[in-house]
Amino acid sequence: MVSGFAWLLVFQLAGEVLARGLQWPVPGPVLGMLLLLLVLIWRGGPGEDLRNAGQGLLGNLSLLFVPAGVGIMVHGHRIADEWLALVVALVGSTVLTLAVTALVMRACHKPTQASEATPAPKEPS
Amino acid sequence: MSLLPAPVHDIWVYLAASPLLGLTITLLAYVLALAVHRRCQLHPLTNPVLVAVALLVTLLLLTDTPYTTYFSGAQFVHFLLGPATVALAIPLYAQLGRVRAMRWPVVLGLLVGSLTAVASAVGIARVLGSSLPTQLSLAPKSVTTPIAMGVAERIGGIASLTAVLVIVTGIVGAVVAPTVFRLLRINDHAIQGFAMGVAAHGVGTARAFYISEQAGAFAALAMGLNGAITALLLPALLSGWH
Repeated sequence: MVSGFAWLLVFQLAGEVLARGLQWPVPGPVLGMLLLLLVLIWRGGPGEDLRNAGQGLLGNLSLLFVPAGVGIMVHGHRIADEWLALVVALVGSTVLTLAVTALVMRACHKPTQASEATPAPKEPS
Repeated sequence: MSLLPAPVHDIWVYLAASPLLGLTITLLAYVLALAVHRRCQLHPLTNPVLVAVALLVTLLLLTDTPYTTYFSGAQFVHFLLGPATVALAIPLYAQLGRVRAMRWPVVLGLLVGSLTAVASAVGIARVLGSSLPTQLSLAPKSVTTPIAMGVAERIGGIASLTAVLVIVTGIVGAVVAPTVFRLLRINDHAIQGFAMGVAAHGVGTARAFYISEQAGAFAALAMGLNGAITALLLPALLSGWH
């Protein structure tokens, strides 16, 4: 668990160094994710330690967004002034993005047997 | 003014000065929010991020505690977003075969979805008369927090406002996604996950892992790709926006 976590930090650090060094606008953790993916492909999968550390973090991913979310209290005034535009823009844009992305993908994806391997339960009609 | 009696308020002020309190109440609020979520049979409206944030904001306002004081403790949780983002490579690796088989839907879904996310948010806000800094803060709302804040700064938005809009977007995406997919009859877990990752970044990804490991992995892929192309393209795209 500890060595797995250390590896995650090492890849994040490598991503940060790469992003700064090459002056790419992509954040370090995202580059770190791509680097780790390349190493996993090269090595043929994660070890036990790395898998456990990853599961520990990803199993509680929602928790990690809470501190930034509480920041909403700092912007009370702007949000009170523009709440209607903000709510309509956020909800409208999110629904539209979900729908458009899913429909485009379905339109250009020919379902094969593999892709129907995990169908969702039938919806009640 | 704090609503606490004076002696309790003194103890609270003393404790709030150390990181212990911010960290402890964050974890407790989350544990409580998870219990509520399970109690309501994982109903999307009881999203754990939403409930935990609501609890914490209420507590901080009632006790008159500034956000910066709270964040000095909560930053330790916030910091873990970095290694967690790196860790997304693990489920992604497990789904690599399926990702290769779906590369064209993935590329097209990413391009069209990413553009829709930016254009519709900025467009709706503009039509409804919101200010320019708000429009620019909204533009990167669908990508993961660290990328969105960096992009907002570069294009003239308010980074801390963007951080909040990003989280709210994630919560909205996690709440509405099941309904959108049911209405459109989208049953493929890979497509569901990818759409949630494009529209609602990490919060959507966390929700997608509830659907299945495959949905979670495609959401992680979408979040990473959308973050990368938004960081690269959005500053150029919005440079002339007034």
